[in-house]
Amino acid sequence: MAEQIPFTEADRNDGIEPDMVDQNAAPASQTTGSGVQPMNMIQALNSAIDVKMAEDANVLSFGEDAGYFGGVFRVTDKLQQKHGLTRSFDAPISECGIVAAAIGMGAYGLRPVVEIQFADYIYPAYDQIVSEAAKMRYRSGGQFTAPITIRSPYGGGIFGGQTHSQSPESLFTHIAGLKVVIPSNPYDAKGLLTAAIEDDDPVVFFEPKRLYNGPFDGWHEKPVSPWKAQDLAQVPTGKYVEPIGKARVMREGNDLTILAYGTMVWVALAGAEHAGVDAEVIDLRTLVPLDIETIEASVKKTGRCVIVHEAPKTSGFGGELSALVQERCFYHLEAPIARVTGWDTPYPHAFEWEYFPGPQRVADALKAVISGGR
Amino acid sequence: MNKKNSQPLSLRVPEPSGRPGDAPDFSHLQMDPAGAVERPEVGSTPYAMRDLAFRLIRVLDDAGQAVGPWNPRLDPETLRRGLKAMILTRAFDDRMHRAHRQGKTSFYMKCTGEEAIAVAQGMLLSREDMGFPTYRQQGLLIARGYPLVEMMNQIYSNAADPIKGRQLPIMYSSKDYGFFTISGNLGTQVPQAVGWAMASAYKGDDKIAISWIGDGATAEGDFHNALTFASVYRAPVILNVVNNQWAISSFMGIAGGLETTFASKAIGYGLPALRVDGNDFLAVWAATQWAEERARSNQGATVIELFTYRGAPHSTSDDPSRYRPGDEQDKWPLGDPLERLRQHLTVIGEWDDERHTAALKDAVEQVRAAGKESEAIGTLGQSRPSVKTMFEEVYATEDWRLIEQRREVGV
Repeated sequence: MAEQIPFTEADRNDGIEPDMVDQNAAPASQTTGSGVQPMNMIQALNSAIDVKMAEDANVLSFGEDAGYFGGVFRVTDKLQQKHGLTRSFDAPISECGIVAAAIGMGAYGLRPVVEIQFADYIYPAYDQIVSEAAKMRYRSGGQFTAPITIRSPYGGGIFGGQTHSQSPESLFTHIAGLKVVIPSNPYDAKGLLTAAIEDDDPVVFFEPKRLYNGPFDGWHEKPVSPWKAQDLAQVPTGKYVEPIGKARVMREGNDLTILAYGTMVWVALAGAEHAGVDAEVIDLRTLVPLDIETIEASVKKTGRCVIVHEAPKTSGFGGELSALVQERCFYHLEAPIARVTGWDTPYPHAFEWEYFPGPQRVADALKAVISGGR
Repeated sequence: MNKKNSQPLSLRVPEPSGRPGDAPDFSHLQMDPAGAVERPEVGSTPYAMRDLAFRLIRVLDDAGQAVGPWNPRLDPETLRRGLKAMILTRAFDDRMHRAHRQGKTSFYMKCTGEEAIAVAQGMLLSREDMGFPTYRQQGLLIARGYPLVEMMNQIYSNAADPIKGRQLPIMYSSKDYGFFTISGNLGTQVPQAVGWAMASAYKGDDKIAISWIGDGATAEGDFHNALTFASVYRAPVILNVVNNQWAISSFMGIAGGLETTFASKAIGYGLPALRVDGNDFLAVWAATQWAEERARSNQGATVIELFTYRGAPHSTSDDPSRYRPGDEQDKWPLGDPLERLRQHLTVIGEWDDERHTAALKDAVEQVRAAGKESEAIGTLGQSRPSVKTMFEEVYATEDWRLIEQRREVGV
């Protein structure tokens, strides 16, 4: 299975050697059985599609390199061999065409799961996602729908430069009619992708590629443990659903609340530990619809809030979170809300670790928010 | 070292053959006489029939006779139904255009001069097949007997608007009538049609898709994405380009129509191309039937350029006298699709002036009756769906934001 898992410089940087990744690789996903086995995110995502394809002939999967080869990150690995050429296939390099075809299929009654190879390449498909998929149900008075799932690896931390590192989630959270889901671990990845495929609305499903092969504890310069050491990498081989719209409290705490999603969940956990702060860390998991109840309850309990995301600060989703917390928890707040985010620059190659929000920046923000209160 | 040109470079911006005040000039058009273009076998390779992309398939000659290999030999009753549907479409357009002038709606778009296209294709294909229309295929709904009052309710955004006041007038949507929901973003429906057709093929069903795009919008990437996907996956879809010469005020040369035909765009994608007299009901029917048979026999997509002329303004917000010769439509060498079908039916003894007058009167009456019914429900601003519906169907189920915002509005 070694050839299935791309080994990146980032892995080496984290002290991961190729054989560790290989050990971490589970066999190709299984569509039967009810066991649990350690999976990295790639395997968990693969298993979600595989199980749904086995269950429902209306589910099919396509995208650039997504068929025979199984995707450049191997998320759709072996699906073509298992389910056939017409159910998992390669698409032309036309993000717009991929999404548009999926919309037509969705209107027909299928549930296509399409891959946009990198979120940075989703812009050619933007009109089809925003003007078409998102609006289909509304503008047809419910006669036509687009129950499609648009998967795309997003985010930085793999030395991908400008065109392989962006976090465009806020461009989609702003759009009425779309759901936006971002898992942070294998268990959620499989459960949420299953929910996305079953959802009757279009779902933009961003996969934090820094977490694909797993081992990342937040610190790029420190050795980390592989996914299989994590409880959330113990993934059922059969079908299960994690509901869209529910956050996960990753760590309970009393001093402040950290709101994060994707790779930043692990950075937030590391930052809290580094700062020695009793932080409550919430993995949002779904940006739209947002689990406002969990956020509100947590901030009212802790009285402080720090938001962490990779995307640039200006008009990032952190702005929305900050406004919501202010609207709903103002009289419980004991300090201004802080945001730790990527900078308002294009994603740089040589300065990745200066750009990528790391545990140190998170820790600094936590301390500032703690001391900035009463 | 820079290379020297013999003369300085210059930028070409194409211009139409006539502007306001000029005499219309269609001398540049190359048009085959009726009956002159061969009809290839449906299974012909696109390569073998590529010349057809530059010819013009016509059936009705100047004398009103149906001639040549593309004659679909339709029975008189079908022809009469087609003519009546075209008459009804034009009567509908006229009344709704006037309704706009009377302030009863914010917007309207006529299809004058192009009625043969949507009417013939709408009659020919099944409602089970899905049409992915632009805003100028109202003839499809009318030919299929979609209630005129429903169309008007949509145009007036009144309390009975089937899509609940959410869309610009004329942006109809009807799954039951094989009419996909119209988008104001041009060209987006074409690759969706391909995806829909791919789904039918994937399921092993027997439905096909048909889409329309204007000559101007062929410059959109969506059109080319659609051709790629249709070719690659051999999708059972008919891809129409309605070349009506004008994209608002930009003539078809701005979309690349001077350098080649729109039909020929298919050649580079390995798709068969038919270029058809769009004002000839019989030619439109025959070409569509050819493409339909190809799609239904699993041989994939066909591109059809329907050569026509947009007689009316682009919309009620447009004034074509500002950018083209005033009498250009009258000089259009392919005539008026209604008059040509009327002439043909008359020539074959299946129609006369009396029946025509009666058909006109009947169409006006139908439209008037529907108009009264719809206006009783309300024109724009007089009545509308419940504001509550504004928050519905954004998603399958409302989330907390929509519930909160709906309550803020007080509904």
